[in-house]
Amino acid sequence: MTAVLEKLALYWQYPFVRYALAVGVLISLCSSLLGVTLVLKRFSFIGDGLSHVAFGAMAIASVLHLTNDMPLVLLITILSAILLLRAGQNAKIKGDAMVAMISVGALAIGYLLMNLFSPSGNLSGDVCSTLFGSTSILTLTKTEVRLCAALSVLVVAAFVFFYHKVFAVTFDESFAAATGVKTKVYNFIIAVIIAVIIVLAMNLVGSLLISALVIFPALSAMRAFKSFRSVTVYSAVLSIFCSLLGILISILAGTPVGSTIVAVDIVLFFVFSALGRILGGVHA
Amino acid sequence: MALITCQNLCLGYDGQEILHGLSFKVNSGDYLCIVGENGSGKSTLMRTILGLQKPLAGQILTGDGLRISEIGYLPQQTPVQKDFPASVREVVLSGFEGSCRWRPFYTKAEKQRAEDNIRSMGIEHLTARCYRELSGGQQQRVLLARALCATSKLLFLDEPVSGLDPKVTAEMYDLIEKLNREQGITIIMISHDIDAALRYASLVLHIGDRVFFGNREAYRSSGIANLFVKGGVTG
Ligand SMILES: Nc1ncnc2c1ncn2[C@@H]1O[C@H](COP(=O)(O)OP(=O)(O)OP(=O)(O)O)[C@@H](O)[C@H]1O
Ligand SMILES: [Mg+2]
Repeated sequence: MTAVLEKLALYWQYPFVRYALAVGVLISLCSSLLGVTLVLKRFSFIGDGLSHVAFGAMAIASVLHLTNDMPLVLLITILSAILLLRAGQNAKIKGDAMVAMISVGALAIGYLLMNLFSPSGNLSGDVCSTLFGSTSILTLTKTEVRLCAALSVLVVAAFVFFYHKVFAVTFDESFAAATGVKTKVYNFIIAVIIAVIIVLAMNLVGSLLISALVIFPALSAMRAFKSFRSVTVYSAVLSIFCSLLGILISILAGTPVGSTIVAVDIVLFFVFSALGRILGGVHA
Repeated sequence: MALITCQNLCLGYDGQEILHGLSFKVNSGDYLCIVGENGSGKSTLMRTILGLQKPLAGQILTGDGLRISEIGYLPQQTPVQKDFPASVREVVLSGFEGSCRWRPFYTKAEKQRAEDNIRSMGIEHLTARCYRELSGGQQQRVLLARALCATSKLLFLDEPVSGLDPKVTAEMYDLIEKLNREQGITIIMISHDIDAALRYASLVLHIGDRVFFGNREAYRSSGIANLFVKGGVTG
């Protein structure tokens, strides 16, 4: 135990470790906020599709030899989010088919591009880290850390500002529309926030594991809590807790950070499922 | 000018017509009851007036400076997903969202009104409960409280008493009448309960094979109600 603590104390002296933890907390906070919306609404398909799009965008960025790929990835992902939302609302073109096309297409083309123009010799390493997250969050550059922090703050602020609107639109969209809520505008805003969250989360866990990071804390909280507010608050708390624990374990044990965090999330989900079954839900 | 004017309305889905040539007017303070068989297009008409779907043809005009945020709505079915975590208080409060515009929180007055509406529905003991764990009738009352929060002028009710027990049904009709009489809220209600329609409503719109629009005396004497309800209606 003391050895572990000593090792942690040693790591704590390095600023990049503290950055990593700070970014981890911010990103996991953001990613949990829209968890309920993503689990329950038809937005779930957007979330899944977008994580693949983000992979394709990363591939393009690496082909272009960009030193800072986040702005480009962000732009492409937001545009795709808007496109997917449009497709989902248009009943004539099947929304699901469109998402499948875009997401699988992005994966294939992303891999193809990386294969053809790979800037480094280590192709499978590159692909793996884009899909499952970098082996260590400690490799984030200072600009990336700053950008992550700024975006996280924006996402949290937007969510707090639109909290009641998100609830109204997610709970009963036709009632909201009939009584004067601008559902189209808020759907659009939600889609953009989801896109930003996905690009953020990609830095932490890689594109294949994003859904896990977004969905597991919300699912856990929904096992035990019954109001929108308590589920939102507790999924944020759980998400931060899991990410911190995951990052610490990954630093100490040298495991890949993304999958470690998700593993912690999964363990917690089963704990909460058991709790929910025993308690029959807390009426908070 | 009338609050709502429908001119030559054609309703339907994907170009498939289910009703055509419908014209009627609702003035401020009216109590309109829409009756007709299952599948005759009552809910579709309501959704069209509310702007949730487009009419195939015809026009819907609003007057008296009616704003969409002054409309309350009780849908026939609310497709709430099975797992949605929402407390009764949260659901009722969301009725105010339309009048919030960009304001990110609810005011004290709004919270107070929500409490009042919850009380008038007799569900104050359920306030902290989870919506999806309530019985059908309890959910209906929660949605009515939400509809009351949303309105100050015009209330659309799609079968408000379905799933309610007889006592609460009677209370519901009294409450709706009170809203209409005392607060001057215009009521547009879909109901299969012709007796109630003839007792409370000032106007009746019957849709189906035969279409009728007029006040309840005219409806009673027209005999359409007798065709609709076998055994006839006394009144
Ligand atoms: N989403 C939809 N797409 C296509 N057709 C629909 C849709 N909803 C309803 N319909 C059709 O439109 C017709 C009218 O439906 P509507 O729900 O308006 O009837 P209603 O008068 O409200 O019936 P009820 O008394 O059962 O509530 C029905 O024939 C129905 O099959
Ligand atoms: Mg109906």
